[in-house]
Amino acid sequence: MSDQAWRWRDRCLSGAVLIGTCVLLGAFLWLVVDLLITAWPRLTWSFLAEIPRRSGRSGGISSILVSTALILLVCWSVVLPLGLGAAVALSSSQHRWTQWVRTSLDVLSGIPSIVLGMFGMLVFGDLMGLGFSIASGGLTLACMILPLVIRVADAALRTVPKGLIANASALGLSRTTTLLHLILPAAMPGLAAAFALGTARALAETAALVFTAGASDRMPSSLADPGRTLSVHIYELAMNVAGGDASAAASAIVLLILLILIQAGGSALLGRISGTAG
Amino acid sequence: MSRRPADAFLRVASITSVALAGLILVAVVGVIVAGALPGLRTFGPWGFLGSAIWHPSSGQVGALAMVVGTIGVTGLALLIAVPLGGLTGLASGWLLPRGLAGLLRLVVMLASGLPSIVVGLWGLTAVVPILAQWHPPGASLLAAGLVLAMMTVPTVALIVDSALRTIDQQQRQATAALGLSSWGALAAVGLPTLRGGLLTGGVLATTRALGETMAVLLVAGNVVQVPGSIFDPVRTLTAGIALEMAYATGDHRAALFVLGLIALMVVMALLLTLRWLVRDDGTGAGYV
Repeated sequence: MSDQAWRWRDRCLSGAVLIGTCVLLGAFLWLVVDLLITAWPRLTWSFLAEIPRRSGRSGGISSILVSTALILLVCWSVVLPLGLGAAVALSSSQHRWTQWVRTSLDVLSGIPSIVLGMFGMLVFGDLMGLGFSIASGGLTLACMILPLVIRVADAALRTVPKGLIANASALGLSRTTTLLHLILPAAMPGLAAAFALGTARALAETAALVFTAGASDRMPSSLADPGRTLSVHIYELAMNVAGGDASAAASAIVLLILLILIQAGGSALLGRISGTAG
Repeated sequence: MSRRPADAFLRVASITSVALAGLILVAVVGVIVAGALPGLRTFGPWGFLGSAIWHPSSGQVGALAMVVGTIGVTGLALLIAVPLGGLTGLASGWLLPRGLAGLLRLVVMLASGLPSIVVGLWGLTAVVPILAQWHPPGASLLAAGLVLAMMTVPTVALIVDSALRTIDQQQRQATAALGLSSWGALAAVGLPTLRGGLLTGGVLATTRALGETMAVLLVAGNVVQVPGSIFDPVRTLTAGIALEMAYATGDHRAALFVLGLIALMVVMALLLTLRWLVRDDGTGAGYV
């Protein structure tokens, strides 16, 4: 090929790359602007503080926020001990079985969330008798985010220098003391990032919750009551409530702001580990 | 065995949690199979895959139309997402100077963090009305494909980007010293990496698109039919489950579990194949 033909081909490729990038950026911008315009009339402080009225067309989302928080609470009260324990076991062993557990967790993190919802409905709802409830929804979400949390926490625990652990063991410190006073504090930024990522994934979920936590928009009085998360609220307003678009978009903005706050916290912490580890 | 009781407890607790976590997948597969078995027994596998007529109340559970719907929206989404995501990944991972690449990566990460329900809402309020003017009814295979593409382009882009960034800077400089242009250098040292990134990104986008439920449900129109064109409404397997699970009982409910089992099996097969094809590169890109 001649020199000119090469240069021509290079320009075409660069052009295609830039056009492709602009298409993605344009679509993203369109989405954000469209959402803001639709949501604008409903974006007031009272939107956060009032309960939903007329199926969410007016009023606010206070009961939705409470249900969301309670579902996250149930979810983390399972994931925190189980995820941390599993991550400690995985990060301190090189056995063959860890590969099996990792494969199992990777596949689990990829299966459709509606299938997890069916699992939760049968096991937590029917078998354990929780029915449509915040407890049932929180436990289902726990199964969903556990693989992600373990993966990130495992990676965080592995960044702790091996020398630190060897020194502690040479000094005669017990494994428990080493874990609680050396390893966990050293891995804390990464563990916090795992917490942020898991929370973000749980907040974004819809399909796994509709048949487990239910879709009631009333203020829950206990964990046995059904409750709607923000994502389910957006779905219900868009799908089943005529004239609910503005409220749906306003709820979406609230959800996005929450996610950005969580992710910003998480990535600031992730940046801090890569900064200190490098 | 450790002499200290706290250590013994720690050991037992951590091994118990890892065993529990590893067994969740087994439990999920077991429960879905158990839920689906009565349906498979009543209608037989061919009852599901041999017909496109879905009338569970009168004993017709042909899932073919929904299988075609799922393949259609997933295929369309991939047709858009793999090239577009690949190009964007090339921009931030290869072409652009450092500062701009970082900025682009940040925006792509923001886009990848959009909850699918929010993308679905955009599809419903912005994309469907435009399509409805052009080619009614608007809620269609095309709308679902576009919404899924919006969700998966950032995923593909980030994976291609992180794969390209693993290429050794020295190798790049060496190719530049040989007088190769930026793209000549990519052809010389980056193609296998790019291929690996596109493959991983493509499979993960496929599993995400196959599994997506609510966003597709908002924009696909949900008519059970084999679509004649991309402007026809379709129903996917997962949307079928979500639409009917609330009131389904008996055989109907078992039939929905069979739909779930089909989706589960396809996704598991894809993920295990990917794991077999591409070894874990340690970037964790696929898990976030």
